[in-house]
Amino acid sequence: MEIFWFIIIALFLAIFFILDGYDFGTGIIHLFFAKTDKDKEVISKAAGLFWDSNEVWLVAAGGLLFMAFPTLYASAFSGFYLPLIIVLWLIIFRAIGLELRSQIDHPIWRTIWDKAFGVSSLLLALFFGVALGNVARGVNLGGVENGVSAYEAHYFFLPLWNPSFSPSTTHPGVIDWFTIVIGIIAVVTLAIHGANWIILKTNASINNKLKSVIFNLNIALAVLTIFSVSIWHIIEPHPLANYLEYPAFLIFPMVYFIGLIGTFFIKKFKKEVYGFACSSIMIVGGITSTLATMFPVLLPSTNDTNPGLTIYNTATSQYGMSVAIPWMIVGIVLIIIYFLVQKKLNAGKIDDMDYGH
Amino acid sequence: MEDMIFYDRLQFAFTITFHYIFPQLTMGLSLIIILFKGYYLKSNNEIYNDAAKFFMKIFAINFTMGVVTGIPMEFQFGTNWAKFSELTGGIIGQTLAMEGTFSFFLESSFLALFIFGEKLMGQKLHFLTGFFVFLGSWASGYLILATNAWMQHPVGYEVLANGKFVLTHFSELFSNPWLLPAFLHNQMASLVTSSFVVGSIGAFYLLIKKHEAHGKLFLKTGVIIGLISSLLVAFPTGDLNAKNVAKYQPAAFAAMEGIFETEEAGAEIVLIGQPNMVEKKLDNKIAVPNILSFLTYQEWDKQIIGMDHFDKSELPDNIPALYYSYHIMVGLGTIFIGIMGISMLFLYRKKLYSFKPLLWTILFLVPFPFIANLTGWYVAELGRQPYLVYGLLKTVDGVSPTVSSGNTLFTLLGFVALYMLLGLLFLVLVGKTIYHGPQHQKH
Repeated sequence: MEIFWFIIIALFLAIFFILDGYDFGTGIIHLFFAKTDKDKEVISKAAGLFWDSNEVWLVAAGGLLFMAFPTLYASAFSGFYLPLIIVLWLIIFRAIGLELRSQIDHPIWRTIWDKAFGVSSLLLALFFGVALGNVARGVNLGGVENGVSAYEAHYFFLPLWNPSFSPSTTHPGVIDWFTIVIGIIAVVTLAIHGANWIILKTNASINNKLKSVIFNLNIALAVLTIFSVSIWHIIEPHPLANYLEYPAFLIFPMVYFIGLIGTFFIKKFKKEVYGFACSSIMIVGGITSTLATMFPVLLPSTNDTNPGLTIYNTATSQYGMSVAIPWMIVGIVLIIIYFLVQKKLNAGKIDDMDYGH
Repeated sequence: MEDMIFYDRLQFAFTITFHYIFPQLTMGLSLIIILFKGYYLKSNNEIYNDAAKFFMKIFAINFTMGVVTGIPMEFQFGTNWAKFSELTGGIIGQTLAMEGTFSFFLESSFLALFIFGEKLMGQKLHFLTGFFVFLGSWASGYLILATNAWMQHPVGYEVLANGKFVLTHFSELFSNPWLLPAFLHNQMASLVTSSFVVGSIGAFYLLIKKHEAHGKLFLKTGVIIGLISSLLVAFPTGDLNAKNVAKYQPAAFAAMEGIFETEEAGAEIVLIGQPNMVEKKLDNKIAVPNILSFLTYQEWDKQIIGMDHFDKSELPDNIPALYYSYHIMVGLGTIFIGIMGISMLFLYRKKLYSFKPLLWTILFLVPFPFIANLTGWYVAELGRQPYLVYGLLKTVDGVSPTVSSGNTLFTLLGFVALYMLLGLLFLVLVGKTIYHGPQHQKH
C-alpha cells in the first residue's frame, strides 16, 4: 500500500517536472538565446499559455504527499522552510513577469519583465535540482548535536548553507557543492527540455540554432552525469546496493541514458516531438533513478542517532491509505480524459493558432 | 513560544486573506457565466454570449491569482504548521488531496477549453465546458469546507497513543453536520460577491455611457442575483450556521455575540458596542432584548450561556476581533439586503438605469461583499481558537517545532512585498479588461 502511494506521488512529481520543466526551460532559453522581439514574444507565450495548468500537478502531488505520508510532509516542509518559501516566491514572481510583459508596449518595460521571467525560471530549475540533491544526500534528522537530539527524531531545520559547503559533514546546508552539481544538472536538463518545447510549439527564428544548442548542452550534461555518478559514493556509501538487490530497478537509469543518447541525434530527428520525448524520458529517468537508489528511504539521516525517513515510518494508517485508492483511480481516469481532450485542442504551433488574444 | 506562534498566525492570516479575495469571486462568477451562456443558447441573442465570455476573462485572471496564492496555503500546512500536519494529515490530507485531484484539474483544463475552444466545439459543448468549470470551482469549495468542518467539529477519527489522529470513517467527513450549512453559506456569500461585481461593472458602464446595452444586462443580473443571494446568505444558511456554533462551540458563540454574562431569562441581541475586556462588559451598548434567544432556539426566554461560564483557556484568545468580525459581517449583510431590495424596486419600476444615486451606490458597494466574506471567515477561524482541531488540538501545539520566529518574520515580510506587486498586477489586468469592454469579441 505504501508502495502504491509512493509510485503515484512519484508519477505526479515526474509529470510536474516534465510539464513545468519545459516552462522553466523555456524561460532559460528565453534568457540566453531569444534576441528578436518576435522570438521573445512567441517564446514567452509558449510558457505563458500553459504554466498555470502545469502547476496544478504540483498542488496535487503536495496534497497526495500530505495525505499518504503526513510525517514526511511535516518534517520535510518545515525542515526545508527557507528554500521552499523561496521557491514559492520564485513561482509567483515568474508568473508576474509572464503576465506583465505584454501589458505596456515599451521596450524597457518588456526587458525588465523578460529578465524577471528568465532569471526566476533559471533559479527555479536550479533550486529543484538542489532539492533533489538534498533529498539524496540527507539531513541532520533530530538536529543531533554530540549524539543528542534537539528535536523529535523526525524533525530538522536546514540552513541555506554552512561555511564549509561540504556534503559530507553531519550538519549539511541546503546548498553545498554536491547539491549545486545536481542543481546545474537540472538547469542543463531543463534548458534542453525547454529548447525542445520551443522547437515543437513555435516557429521561432532561432529554432535551427537551438538544435546545436541542445547538442552542446547535451555534451555538458553527459559529462556532468558521469561526474555526479562518480562522486555519488560521497553521500551514499553503497550507491549500487539497491540495484544489486532489485535488478529490475536498472530500468530507471537505462531510461535516463536512452534519453541522453537519443538527444545527441537531435539534428537527425524527422519529427520535432522525438526531441521533446527524449528530454521527457531523461527527466523521468533522472528522478526515478535517484529515488530507486534510496528506496524505501525518502529522506536519509546524516547522523547515526536517528534513522532516515522511509515510506513505512512516515505513512498514515492502513485504513486511510486504502480508503483513498478508489477515489484516486477515478481521479486518474478523469485526469487522463481531460489531458486527451486538451491535447487535441492544443496541437500545433502557437504562432499558427488564433487564440483570440 | 507565544511570540513564535504570533508570526506563524499572522503569516497564515495575511496569505489566506489575500488568497480568498480571488476564489470567492470565481466560485460565484462561474455560476453566473453559465447562466449567461445557457440564456444565449435559448435566446440566440449575442449579448448573452458576450457577457459569458467577458466574465470568463475576468474569471481567468482571478483563477490565475487563486492558483499562485493558493500554492503557499497548501505549503504552509507543512512549513509553518508541521506538527498539525503530522498529527492530522491522515484525515484532512484526504479532502485536500481530493481537492487537488478532482477540482483543480477539472477547473484548469476546462477553463482553457472555454476560453480558446468556442469555434472548435460549437455552442452546446462550449456551454458544457463552462459547466465543468463551475463544477470544478464548487467542488473545490466543498472539499475545503469539508476540511475546515473537520477542524471545527471533528468526526470519524480516532486518536492513537502517540497523539496522531487517524481516519476511521471516511464517509463521516462528508456527513459532518457542520459541513452542509457552512458550504451553502459560503457559496451564497460567494454569489453575493460576484453578483455585486457584475452589477457594479454594469453601473460603471451606464455612468460612463459606454457599452450601455451590456451595462443594463449586467446591472439587472447583478441586482436580481444579488438580492436572492443576499437573502439566502442570511436565511436559512447563516441562521443554520449560527445554530451550529451555538450547539458545538458555545464559547465562540458567546464571544462573537458579545454575551459576557449568562442570561437566564432570554438573551438580548447586541447591535452596537465595544467589548471592554478589563471590566468584562460592552461599552456604549445598543441591544434588543430577548431576540438572540428567539433567533437561536425559537424561544423568547431561553437561557444563553455567556463567557463567564467558561474558563479563560477555553475562550477564543482574541474576543474583540471575533466580536467585530461577526458584527461587521452581519451588519454588511443587512445593508446588502436593503440596497439590493431598493434596487430591485427601481428595476421593477424601470427607473434603475437612469437613477444616478443608486448607480453610484452600487458602483462603490463593490469592496464590501469582499469584506463581509473575509470577516465571515475570521469569525470561523477566530471562533475556533484556542484550538486548531476544536476541543482536541491547541493552536500552540500545531506549529513547526524547528522553524524560528526570525525565519517566519523574514518570509512574512517577503510575502507582503510580493503580494503588493501581485495586487497591483491584478488591478491592472482587471482594469484593462473592464475598460476594454465586453463588445470586443467579434472577429
